[in-house]
Amino acid sequence: MDQARDGDVRRDGPGDVQVVALAADGDVVRARHAVRDLAVRLAFDLVTQTKLVTAASELARNTVLHGGGGTMTLEPVQDAGRTGIRITFADEGPGIAQVDKALTEGWSSGGGMGLGLTGSRRLVHEFSLDSAPGRGTTVTVVVWRRG
Amino acid sequence: MVRTGQVLIATLGDELDDQSALGMLSDVADRVARDRVQGVLLDISALEIVDSFICKVLGDTAAVVKVLGAQVAVVGMRPVVAITLVELGLPLTGVATALTVDHGLALLAGSAAAVGPTGREGGGPGPRR
Amino acid sequence: MAQALTSEAEHAQWLLDLLTRKGADVVDAWVAAQERGSATLGLAPDPRSLRATAESVVEAMRVGLASGRVAEPAGPQYEGLRRLLADTSSRGAHSGATPTETATAVLTLREALHGVAQAEGLPGEALAQVTLVLGRLVDAMALLTFETFVAGRQDVIDRQSMELLELSTPVVRLWDGIVGVPLVGTLDSARTQVVMETLLQAIVDERASVAILDITGVPTVDTLVAQHLLKTVTATRLMGADCIISGIRPTTAQTIVQLGIDLTDITTRSTLADALETAIARVDALRGAARDRR
Repeated sequence: MDQARDGDVRRDGPGDVQVVALAADGDVVRARHAVRDLAVRLAFDLVTQTKLVTAASELARNTVLHGGGGTMTLEPVQDAGRTGIRITFADEGPGIAQVDKALTEGWSSGGGMGLGLTGSRRLVHEFSLDSAPGRGTTVTVVVWRRG
Repeated sequence: MVRTGQVLIATLGDELDDQSALGMLSDVADRVARDRVQGVLLDISALEIVDSFICKVLGDTAAVVKVLGAQVAVVGMRPVVAITLVELGLPLTGVATALTVDHGLALLAGSAAAVGPTGREGGGPGPRR
Repeated sequence: MAQALTSEAEHAQWLLDLLTRKGADVVDAWVAAQERGSATLGLAPDPRSLRATAESVVEAMRVGLASGRVAEPAGPQYEGLRRLLADTSSRGAHSGATPTETATAVLTLREALHGVAQAEGLPGEALAQVTLVLGRLVDAMALLTFETFVAGRQDVIDRQSMELLELSTPVVRLWDGIVGVPLVGTLDSARTQVVMETLLQAIVDERASVAILDITGVPTVDTLVAQHLLKTVTATRLMGADCIISGIRPTTAQTIVQLGIDLTDITTRSTLADALETAIARVDALRGAARDRR
C-alpha cells in the first residue's frame, strides 16, 4: 500500500482529509455518515456506496471494540483519471498476533473481529492491514468509483 | 412496535447503533413473552446498511423468538443490502424473509402449510419443486 | 552563472534557481504562448485560471526540482506535479478537449522556459545542455498528461457504457407478482452485476415473489457466470423472493455438472414456459395462504 503522504496537499474533489474519532458505540454511526456523505458528494453509485459504508462500519466497530478506540481518516483519491475513496482505521490497541490467520475466512478472535476483517476485505478494492502485538492496528481500504 | 392480530411488527430505525440493535432484541423478546403473539415481523426496510453485527442481531432475534414459540420473518430488505450481504458471504440462514409486511403476514399465515420457496428459510436449501 | 553544468543535480539546481528568480516570467511567457497557439491547459481558457494553473505547475516543478532530479520526474517529490497534471488533464478529457490540445499546451512550456533561460546569458554549450534536459522534463510531463487524458476518457466511456448497460437490461413483468429478464450474449462481470441490480429493483417495484432469469440466449456458462447467477439467486432469496433460472440447454447442463457447480439449491427449468408455469403455481400458493388468513 501507499506510504504516508506527508505534505501532499494536492487534492481534487469536494474535500480534504477528514478525521473522525472512534471512541464509543455512537461513533460507528458517525463514521458511517461521514463515509456516506463523501461517497454521495463524489457521485458514487448506490451499490458501491453501500459496500463502502458497510465495510467502514465493520472496521470502525473493530477499532472501538478491539482497538480501544482510535481514528478513521477519510479522503478522496485519484489515480490516472479514476476517483476513489481511501479510509484508514488506526488504533493503538493490543494489535493482532496472527495477521495471516486473522485474514482467513471465518477466523474469529476475542469476540468476532475476524468477521469484520474478512468481510470488509470482500467489499473493497484495495485492503491492507498492519498490526502486531503492542503496536496497534492500522487498516487501510480503497474503493474506486464504478464506471 | 405494532401489533396486528396475532403478529408483532418491529420496525428497525435507520440510525441503528449497536446498543439500539441489542435493545431491539430484548424488547422483542419481552413483548413476545408477555403478549404471547404467534408471529413476529422484523421490518428492516429503513436500513440502508446491514453489517455483520446487525446481521447477527437479526439472526439472534429470530432464534430467540422461535425459542419463545413464535414464528418470525425479516421483511423489507433493500436490494443494495441484499447485494452487500451476498458479497459479505452472510446469507442470514435460519431466518425466513419476505418482500413486504403484507408478504410477511401471508408467509406467517401460510407457513403452517409451507408451500414453495417463500416458505423456506432465506438463503438455505429447500424443496426443489 | 558562467560555469559549465555537467551533472543532473547541477542542472536541477540551475533550473530550480531560474524558476525561483524568474518564475513569474516563465508563467507570463507560457500563458502568452498558450493564448497564441490556442491550445490551453486546463478546463477554462480564461486568462485568470490559465495563469493560476500555470503558476501551480511552475510551483510544483520547483518542488520536484528540489529533489535534484530532472530527467526522470518519477520520484516522490514530483508527486505534486504528477497529480496536478493528471487532474488538469482529466478535466480536459471530461470537458471534451482533445489529447493533442492538452499535450501541446504542456509543450509550449518548453518554449517559454527556453526563452527565459536564454535571457540568462549562459555560454552556448551550457545553454544547449540545459535546453536538452529541460526538454526531457517537459516531454515527460506532456506524456503524462496524454496518458492521464486517455485514462480520463476511458472513465467517461466506462460511465456511459454502464448507463447503456442499465438501459439495455429489460426486466419484464410476466405476470402478477412475477418478473423476468432474458439474458442474451456473453455475460461478463460488469454485465451480470447490472443485471442483478436491475432485477432486484424490479422485484421491489413490482412486488414480485418470483423472478425468472432466462439464459436461453447465453451460449456459454462457465464457473464465473455460474457464480454470478448464484449470487443473484441468493440475493433475491435474501429479500424474500425467489429466482428460477430457465433456458438451460442440455450442453450447458452438462458443462455445469462437469465443472462441479452445485445448483441443487436452485430451481432450474429448460424453458421459459416451464419456468413461468412453476412461478405461477408458487404465486398462487402464496395468495392462497393470504386468503386463508383473512
